[in-house]
Amino acid sequence: MEKNQKVGPSSYSEPLVDNPALVTFFIRHLNFWYGDFNALTDVSLDVRKHAITAFIGPSGCGKSTFLRCLNRMNDLIAGTKVEGTVLFDQADIYGQGVDPVDLRRRVGMIFQQPNPFPQSIYDNVAYGPRLQGIKNKAELDAIVEKSLDKANLWKEVKDILNKNGLALSGGQQQRLCIARVLAVQPEVILMDEPCSAIDPTSVQKIEDLMHEIQDQVTIIIVTHNMQQAARVSDYTSFFLQEVAGEPAILVESGPTSDIFTNPIDQRTEDYITGRFG
Amino acid sequence: MKKTKDQIINDVALSFFWIAAGLTVAALFAIIIYVVVRGIAVVSPTFVFTWPHGVNAEGGIFPTIIASIYVTALSMLIATPIAVLAAVYLAEYAKQGLAVRIIRFAADSLASVPSIVMGLFGFAFFIETLGLPLSMLSAALALSLLMLPIIMRTTEEAIRGVARYIRWGSYGMGATKWQTVSRVVIPAAMPRIITGLILAMGRAIGETAVVFFTMGQAVNLPVIPTDSGRAMPIHLYLLAVEGINIPAAFGTAFMLMGLIFTFNLLARLISKRYKKVD
Repeated sequence: MEKNQKVGPSSYSEPLVDNPALVTFFIRHLNFWYGDFNALTDVSLDVRKHAITAFIGPSGCGKSTFLRCLNRMNDLIAGTKVEGTVLFDQADIYGQGVDPVDLRRRVGMIFQQPNPFPQSIYDNVAYGPRLQGIKNKAELDAIVEKSLDKANLWKEVKDILNKNGLALSGGQQQRLCIARVLAVQPEVILMDEPCSAIDPTSVQKIEDLMHEIQDQVTIIIVTHNMQQAARVSDYTSFFLQEVAGEPAILVESGPTSDIFTNPIDQRTEDYITGRFG
Repeated sequence: MKKTKDQIINDVALSFFWIAAGLTVAALFAIIIYVVVRGIAVVSPTFVFTWPHGVNAEGGIFPTIIASIYVTALSMLIATPIAVLAAVYLAEYAKQGLAVRIIRFAADSLASVPSIVMGLFGFAFFIETLGLPLSMLSAALALSLLMLPIIMRTTEEAIRGVARYIRWGSYGMGATKWQTVSRVVIPAAMPRIITGLILAMGRAIGETAVVFFTMGQAVNLPVIPTDSGRAMPIHLYLLAVEGINIPAAFGTAFMLMGLIFTFNLLARLISKRYKKVD
């Protein structure tokens, strides 16, 4: 995969990556409102397929909001509005007749707060496959094992699959949630600060598994932790709300190594070097 | 050290709170102890499992226990599906606005209708208008009117209590609204829904006025829903008010309280188990 291509500040109308087949999300001039509040303005970005992209920026910079635009999770919040273009696999996800339910099956999501269902570990992971109508026990068993294994959790829970998912530690719960999403074989996983509420050992395991599944899934991770962005991601986008009450913008995007060592924009450099945020 | 004025006010206020709390507990214990002391001597296997006989209703209260359980179970069967479906609709589907506020206000008003009025209505509507007999069915229908708002509001609260991020976990993997509601939200709310159901059962089994109007008073062992019968509270009332057999009245009261106490205990156990995993 070519990594040297620079993706500059947002205001593009032409494709930023030459080959559309390499692009999972093609976003142009995205604006987002919570009621009257314009939270994001004019965001344009290409998200590379089978790469790990990190969204960084200070609190309230709209990075989580932007993430939720990608699987239309914001639809669940009353009074929100989106303008602009978001193509997923070259199809407009805000187009007419698009079923957000179908989109969310292909674009799974992990949240900051681990949110297992108050059910057994097995039932948590089997939830998605069952929604799709898989009833065969052997088939479900195989999916559950494979998904938990991918999520680096199988060894810890293989003997307690009937235990309530809420009985696990926070870090294990988060890996359970990752296994639950992996079980429906999404093309993309959106992670909204998945490691901010869990123990370091589990953080390590989650970062490991991100690399292990990267060849099958495109991953976008929102993180407060710049070391984590530098460790795990191939590409990084820096979001910033410069003035409170004004919309946030996407300041700069590019290969992670460039963003962290040689940013174009002074604001990115200030943030990376810890001058604010 | 001399106490300041604020400290004295604090102490006085605190002692009032203690007295108030103590009075509440004392009232409860006084009733329980009184009924237990006067009732327990009467209660025996014979009392529980045989029929009353003779002019003084000696013997047991078996048919009244069965009638009470029968009518409670039947009213639960009628009220639960309607109340739970209404609650799911209100909490998950209805557009929050005037209509929902009116439904909630109606439910709360229904819950505060005096039970004697509900009994009168049950008699006028189910028996006089619809022509149903004085029976388990009529009483269960009237009782279910009483239970509907209780179950509906507790279920609605239980469903609203399921955290948003748990729902999002389901939506975030491509579940529809109905799949999320039926497979995640309702199971997660179930312990609290069951708690509400059990509390409603406790209310129904102790209800006197409604069954008095709608069930009849004959000491029958009810088999089919159109059989009449005499529920425990009615038996108690008749024995006591006509002075027929005061010891048996206390025995009945003891059994009735035992049943309700068991329901409440069950409700607490279930909600406790729920909190452990929450």
